Amino acid sequence: MGLTVFTNYEEVAAVILFVIGMMNLLLQANLIKKIIGLDIMDCAVYLFLAAKGYIEGRHAPIYIDNITDASYYINPVPSGLVLTGIVVSVSVSALMMALTVSLYKEYKTLNLDEIMMKLRNEESEELGKLTYGDIMEEEQ
Amino acid sequence: MTFVQNFPFFCIIISMFSAIISFILNGKWAKIVHYTMVAAVFVMSVGCLLYTHEANISYTYMMGHYPAPWGNEIRIGELECLMAASFSLIMILSVMGGSYHIKLDIEKSKMNLFFIQLDLMMAALLALIYTNDLFTAYVFIEICTIAACGLIMARKIGRVYVSAIKYMVMSLVGSGLFLIGLSLLYAITGQLLMSPAKEAMQRILAEGIYAIPSAVIMVLLTVGLGIKSGLYPFHTWIPDAYGYSTTAASAILSSLVSKGYIFLLIKLIVRVLPYNSVPGGQMENVLFFFGVIGMIIGSVDAIQERNIRRMISYSSVAQIGYIYMGIGLGTDAGIIAALFHVISHGLMKALLFISATGLIDSSDGRLDRKGITGAGFRNKIAAVGFTVGSLSMIGMPLFTGFVSKFMFASAATQAPVYKMIIAWTALAISTVLNAVYFMRTVIVIYTRKNEATPVVSDDSPAKSSSEEASSEDKDNFRNRYIFENAATIGLAALNIALGTLSPFVINILTGGLAIFG
Repeated sequence: MGLTVFTNYEEVAAVILFVIGMMNLLLQANLIKKIIGLDIMDCAVYLFLAAKGYIEGRHAPIYIDNITDASYYINPVPSGLVLTGIVVSVSVSALMMALTVSLYKEYKTLNLDEIMMKLRNEESEELGKLTYGDIMEEEQ
Repeated sequence: MTFVQNFPFFCIIISMFSAIISFILNGKWAKIVHYTMVAAVFVMSVGCLLYTHEANISYTYMMGHYPAPWGNEIRIGELECLMAASFSLIMILSVMGGSYHIKLDIEKSKMNLFFIQLDLMMAALLALIYTNDLFTAYVFIEICTIAACGLIMARKIGRVYVSAIKYMVMSLVGSGLFLIGLSLLYAITGQLLMSPAKEAMQRILAEGIYAIPSAVIMVLLTVGLGIKSGLYPFHTWIPDAYGYSTTAASAILSSLVSKGYIFLLIKLIVRVLPYNSVPGGQMENVLFFFGVIGMIIGSVDAIQERNIRRMISYSSVAQIGYIYMGIGLGTDAGIIAALFHVISHGLMKALLFISATGLIDSSDGRLDRKGITGAGFRNKIAAVGFTVGSLSMIGMPLFTGFVSKFMFASAATQAPVYKMIIAWTALAISTVLNAVYFMRTVIVIYTRKNEATPVVSDDSPAKSSSEEASSEDKDNFRNRYIFENAATIGLAALNIALGTLSPFVINILTGGLAIFG
């Protein structure tokens, strides 16, 4: 068990990074830090995939030396997956940043807890009015 | 290969292309393109459904020139076609029912962007239904998430940004877990297509190696998709996301988006990683218990909620619980019941959201239960729609909700005894709780309002929008009633049709599931 951890150290690092990223995404109150957490999480998966695709002593799958033997090259599929994944995560982070800008314009803070607090106050004001109205209605 | 076999591919491609060309169109044309596209998808899916049902086959369709282990492919059977047909039908009716509020909530210059999100949503849902490739599924999950976030954000008020960020955070955690599960699955099987992956998985499990990684993969994929579809402990984003966005968006999000993920999960269970294949997996029991808890908690939360749109959203939590309970029974009958409920809940929830908006509009935009007192006499069709939806939710015979509950109950008889008892008890409790909050609302809307009551809460955002409505020209108003009423009547009729003609649908589901794996 202990030895496998050392042989698969890239995967271990990837999983640790993944958890760090996910916890940041979930628990950080600051929206920018949340986005950083998201990026760490995605990069961890790419590290995992790239580590899985690499085979010791082989070369990048680019055909220049007229070698058609597959055993000369590493597995190209994970690299393709990583590229696709990067495109996806870039668009998702862009969307999150756009959302953050809109939220900042609306509430003048990046702290999600503060935003929720403001929202709750707004809501309870509205509900307060409704309760008052209901009381009026029942009295009549 | 007959021409009909190309239809699913055409469906995906036209929905993507209509998204692309909508960038250079104005709002009106984007809308026409969207309606045409969804109608075409519906017609083609029905055509393909008839073909696959007649021939009773499930075939794979190569996307590109490379055969199975390398190329990308989609797989088509009657189950997939039925899902695509019902999803496109619900989509077109939801957009019709919300068309007036789309005009109200979205700036005219950005109207085409809203329809682009809808087109992309359709493309992503179709791809999730048809794809046979795991990584394609991941990419379209993300496209679906982005489009859903766009739909939530379409109404530009501060509160929906907060709902959108909550939705995004939970969804991204879900897709992150799904992606790492997928990478692990690729690492141990070396396959990305579902059917070869299943063969490789069975070989691995027969050899008795990688038992722990297989269990981890199963947990990661299930939890990832569970978070994204709003399974009970991860449901906190649902009421905000559905409760405050524009009507069409709420209807589509609750009836289609989460169902797309559930369908993908069922596909993974049947086609890649059957739960009983992994030793000590126990995943179906976990889903079963969280489903049952969700059924009860969702209904209890709905009873406490005063805002009726949020109340309907909480009821979605309960209904998602039903579906996961069906999956968790671990039998084919349970999965068929879950699949049937995917369709029937889509029809019920779209109807409820659209008719609730009609009731709110006729009550000066008041969202609370007291505010809509007597709305049944002001907007008759919406009230009838809401009543049909409520009765269906409670599970009255003749409506589709009854068939769902009956199927869950009878599927439970084939499961282990303790599961059967729990499932029956949960169904009974949940039905009573459903009746409490839905019938209370139905009674309120048919109670005549005391004319002397003062109208309060005159500065709520919805109120101001309804004032805008009164200043709009009459033509708009007439159009709105045509579309909303047509959608309400259509969905109500479909509810009754699915309730009375359910054997046909169940027949297709059973036949489709048999050749699904």
